[in-house]
Amino acid sequence: MTQDPALLRRLLRAKDRMDAASQEEWPVARLARVSGVSAAHFAREFKTAFGVPPHRYLLTRRIERATTLLRDTNQSITDVAFQTGWQSLGTFGRIFRDITGESPGELRARQQSESLGAVGVPVCIERAARRPQLTTAVSEKRRRTAAGIKRATNRRSE
Amino acid sequence: MSQGVDVVGVYVRDQDEALAFYVDKVGFRVHTDVKNGDYRWLTVQHPEQASFQLGLFKPGPPVLDAATAQTMQAMVAKGAMPPLVLVVSDCRAAYEKMRAGGVEFTQEPVDRYGAVDAGFRDPSGNGWKMIQARR
Repeated sequence: MTQDPALLRRLLRAKDRMDAASQEEWPVARLARVSGVSAAHFAREFKTAFGVPPHRYLLTRRIERATTLLRDTNQSITDVAFQTGWQSLGTFGRIFRDITGESPGELRARQQSESLGAVGVPVCIERAARRPQLTTAVSEKRRRTAAGIKRATNRRSE
Repeated sequence: MSQGVDVVGVYVRDQDEALAFYVDKVGFRVHTDVKNGDYRWLTVQHPEQASFQLGLFKPGPPVLDAATAQTMQAMVAKGAMPPLVLVVSDCRAAYEKMRAGGVEFTQEPVDRYGAVDAGFRDPSGNGWKMIQARR
């Protein structure tokens, strides 16, 4: 499917806004407004353009920020969770583990014992290269189950 | 003669728009702007960097077929092109000035270990990091 470059540029703006403020809430209606498309089309067009649904993209960015804070600061795990946009420490811990394979505490202990090794790479770019990948929708399924919402999962989107 | 990289190009969706952006908003100046039929060789230059030109090229015939050109436009528009880095002496001052001029910033200046970086995009979607090195 070919998407119009003008549409892609506007979808990129929504992605950029999530990057810039991933701690904020980004319901589809808000993202759709940024992109100037209808809410009905936004999620599908975003996924076609960037390979993941917008909400899943947001989760990866939040976990990326949390990972950075855990490594670079001494803030408590609770503070990190609330600062990166999570309403509940339990949800943060579960999704963190789903994405990184470790608990926040384990990751902090391990990463603080490793240093940023790539001398000569701009830190902001190295960050992007270390961005965690969220290739499964485990957390989304969990949330739906927890909320008691049974929805048919589109297997192709997994 | 000195040897080295002379021109590196980015793809843009509209060369007039890109020229206005890089000259009026970022502060570069035109180095070469030559038309040959539909083809336009357009390069700009940082005022303090005479040995390097940034090419602002529109993908299309005769260099690329229409379908390939469309693909390249799409890649630029979804931010898939490689990172570009602009070094500045004062990131926050440059940010304020460029933002007032209407540049679309993707990231406000952030302090990282004494260096400051911000992010912006050109109208086509090319992403820049603007970095103030550690003193």
